[in-house]
Amino acid sequence: MWSSLPRLLGGVPLTLQLVGLALAGGALVAFGTALMRLSSNPVLRGIASGYVFLFRGTPLLVQMFLIYYGLGQFEWVRGSFLWTVLREPYWCAILAMMLNTGAYTSEILRGAIQSVPHGQVEAARACGMSRALAFRRIVLPVAIRQMLPAYGNEIILMVKASSLASTITLMEVTGLARRMIAQTFAVFELFILAGAIYLLINFLAARLIRYAEWRLTPYLRARA
Amino acid sequence: MRKMFAALAIGAIVAAVGTVAGVADAKDWKKIRIASEGAYPPWNSTDPSGKLIGFEVDLAKDLCARMKAECEFVAQDWDGIIPALQQGKYDAIMSAMTITDERKQVIDFTVPYGTEPSSFGVLKGSPLQSSLDLKVEAVDLAKETPENKGALDRLAAALKGKTVGVQVSTIQANFMEKHLPDVDLRTYDKIENAGIDLVSGRIDTLFGDRSVVEAIAKNEPDKVVLVGPNISRGVLGEGIGLGVRKADADLKALFDKAIQESTKDGVVSKLSVQHFGYDIAVK
Repeated sequence: MWSSLPRLLGGVPLTLQLVGLALAGGALVAFGTALMRLSSNPVLRGIASGYVFLFRGTPLLVQMFLIYYGLGQFEWVRGSFLWTVLREPYWCAILAMMLNTGAYTSEILRGAIQSVPHGQVEAARACGMSRALAFRRIVLPVAIRQMLPAYGNEIILMVKASSLASTITLMEVTGLARRMIAQTFAVFELFILAGAIYLLINFLAARLIRYAEWRLTPYLRARA
Repeated sequence: MRKMFAALAIGAIVAAVGTVAGVADAKDWKKIRIASEGAYPPWNSTDPSGKLIGFEVDLAKDLCARMKAECEFVAQDWDGIIPALQQGKYDAIMSAMTITDERKQVIDFTVPYGTEPSSFGVLKGSPLQSSLDLKVEAVDLAKETPENKGALDRLAAALKGKTVGVQVSTIQANFMEKHLPDVDLRTYDKIENAGIDLVSGRIDTLFGDRSVVEAIAKNEPDKVVLVGPNISRGVLGEGIGLGVRKADADLKALFDKAIQESTKDGVVSKLSVQHFGYDIAVK
């Protein structure tokens, strides 16, 4: 069992890359989507709501298959510049995970922005800040602080969701475990090891989120 | 209280393991459950209603009639097909599984009921169509002749830097890892998905059982062609048999007898011609 650990750990960099890039891209998507959902323009609101509805309402596995196997069926996709990206299972997995987490995170962010007390915004305006400046200096920092616990959940879910990338030929931790099971038939041992690796990654991720929360809430500490 | 919970938890685990291990009781084999992937035509596939069909399903009917047993087919994903046999979810595997030394370490095989070489499938007009054509009929990996060595070297040269698709946990995947470690290998859970990726251009070639590559080429007649020599034996194994648990020597004996009779009576050849267009029976 332990002898297969080094080979299995070889999948960790890929798992971390998938999660890291998907979360980074997803954060940008989420920011744009949350702003669109909060805008007064009904078209922007509609587009954002439709996107969230679609990607929150369907399984990530289905999204991954549609992007990987589905888009590749169209001649015009294969002929276009898109194919340089969509040809690679790596980018297909990141794209699917990014769009999926973007939808969830945008809702977390929207809720957090709306939960910022009105009084704080009014105070900022009274100090002479423009709306954009008040948003940047007051609303966004407070909202990000608010969303951290829920966003921590989302990060952990993404670490686990990265295991689905093995279904489109990527050899991350789960993919390697499945390939090694195929060679040794040691199902229990290898899946337990793979599970332990995810547990460790998520333990560290949860710690990081806790630390970020602690850093961003000095006023709560001072009071306690 | 804590200790009690721990004891209960351990008890539950022991009970669960006990039921799993307890299936290997003596049986009279009147009822046999056989697992098949159902995604490897013409050996086995699934019809639109979800029923398992194919050469092996038809052959199993004949074998079970000879064994006076009632057989039931169970669909099981390929990559878990051996572990689930060991856990007693069914009694035999009949899923185009080649008899290899690695697999023999964990399960037993019946005598082979079919044999087949492996071949490559490429896109029509791709450079590999000519470079993989080694101008040799067959490569027998069990024979270390200069001709075979030269053929393997030319194969390695043709595939250098190319992306090759195989199905996970197959003899073809083992062949690639052992003989051609320098190619970019992609492993698929189903060979059909490798076919999709070949057509869309994600992989340069796929490597599988000849009949299965032929079936993919037949499905996409304008795009996919079969090339290269028939490669066989060595890591590619010694024919296709039913897999059974090591403890079930009696079941293996029953199947062995039925397969030998069925081969002798020409039923295997007849069904093979019907499904493959040629004879795969072991003579």
